[in-house]
Amino acid sequence: MNELIGWLTDPASWQGDSGIPFRLLEHVAIAAVSILAATLIALPVGLWIGHTGRGAGVAINISNIGRALPSYAVIVIILPISLAISPDYGLDLIPTFVAMVILAIPPILINAFAGLQAVDRDLLEAGRGMGLTESQVLRDLELPLAAPVIIGGFRTATLNVIATATIGAVVGFGGLGAFILGGRAKGIAGLGELIGGALLVTILAISVDLVLAWLQRRAARRADRSMGPARDFRDLSEIPVPQFIP
Amino acid sequence: MIDWGWVVGHLDDIAFLLLQHLVLVAVPLAAGLAASLALAVAAIRHPVIYGPVTALTGILYTIPSLAAFALLVPLFSFSWLTAFIPLTTYTLLILFRNIVAGLEGVPSDVLEAADAMGYRGRQRLWRVELPLAIPLTMAGVRLAAVTLIGLATVVSILGSSFGGLGLLITEGLQTFFPTKYLLGGLLSIALALVVDWLLVRTERQLTPWARATSGRAAGA
Repeated sequence: MNELIGWLTDPASWQGDSGIPFRLLEHVAIAAVSILAATLIALPVGLWIGHTGRGAGVAINISNIGRALPSYAVIVIILPISLAISPDYGLDLIPTFVAMVILAIPPILINAFAGLQAVDRDLLEAGRGMGLTESQVLRDLELPLAAPVIIGGFRTATLNVIATATIGAVVGFGGLGAFILGGRAKGIAGLGELIGGALLVTILAISVDLVLAWLQRRAARRADRSMGPARDFRDLSEIPVPQFIP
Repeated sequence: MIDWGWVVGHLDDIAFLLLQHLVLVAVPLAAGLAASLALAVAAIRHPVIYGPVTALTGILYTIPSLAAFALLVPLFSFSWLTAFIPLTTYTLLILFRNIVAGLEGVPSDVLEAADAMGYRGRQRLWRVELPLAIPLTMAGVRLAAVTLIGLATVVSILGSSFGGLGLLITEGLQTFFPTKYLLGGLLSIALALVVDWLLVRTERQLTPWARATSGRAAGA
């Protein structure tokens, strides 16, 4: 405990490009950019598969393979490839970033697909019967009703990328994981840094997840209210389907 | 890229690390399954605890793995507890939710029939409710096992005493030896796929009645 307070109150811990603010920014920035990149790839594909019903097998396979991919393994498998392509930048940033995007794609894709699939088919037919175009069906019916499940996918993806960015410190990417590794390398003298880094990344992960959980609940309430008396959708965000756990 | 001569020369070391990895996964998985079963049965009887248990296990699940291991270093140093405790807590959210869903999914007429046949309390739980919850429970076990195989590689970043396939990766990175870290990474992915497949087969063995009715793959 004293070591932790010592590290946190040491002005040197807060300065320069190996200080807490810079490392935190590094961590958040790479997480945000990789979620954005994964969204651009996975969300349109997932929505298309969910809306048309075509390629459902592909979506399920991607999610199953994605689950079997451990982040540490993905980083080191990418490492030799990125080193071969670019000896200068092949270390640190590239393998970490690519691994984060790869690990964020499956949950976003599968939840977009599963969310749309869970929407009542009859309701969509009713919408079409009332003269809605396909894009209106997607925008006004499917998306709002599937929003809680889709956000659940973002929760899993965000969890994955924050954890993977931490491990990225092993191949030289900075981020908050650098404190854990730096502290570890200093032995007893680095205990405060080790715990401090671990605590910071834990607080980051939990706070981001709480924000997304709040958005998810809000979307679920909205989906529910828009259904009026047909309250079957109350549990949409809570379907106990094992592979979609947020 | 891979020095096969090295691989052939170190087959027994690799087999040992693989075995160690399985222990790193199996012990927390068994502990997590026991704890989740107890919690799920309690939650079925007292639904009021479902919310707090999901919230707490959810928070534990959210902690990034490297941080979770690091947080235990001051308490347990580099002993196996530092690896086992977070690996166990990572299974709780998945297993608890799936077992509860499995138990809740038991149709009420089945329960009434069991009651009429004279099954009581504990007997009904073990002979009727838990067997019928196997498909969703096993779906949870598969997800937990695959997750743990990946997470167990991470703990080796903090020290060589934990062993497992992660040690191949970490040592390979430290010595700039691609054969070693690639092998560690590829083997951990292969292990996850093999274990998942074995658990699917185990589930079929455990639920012979599922084959008789239809081939529905619960939680596939």
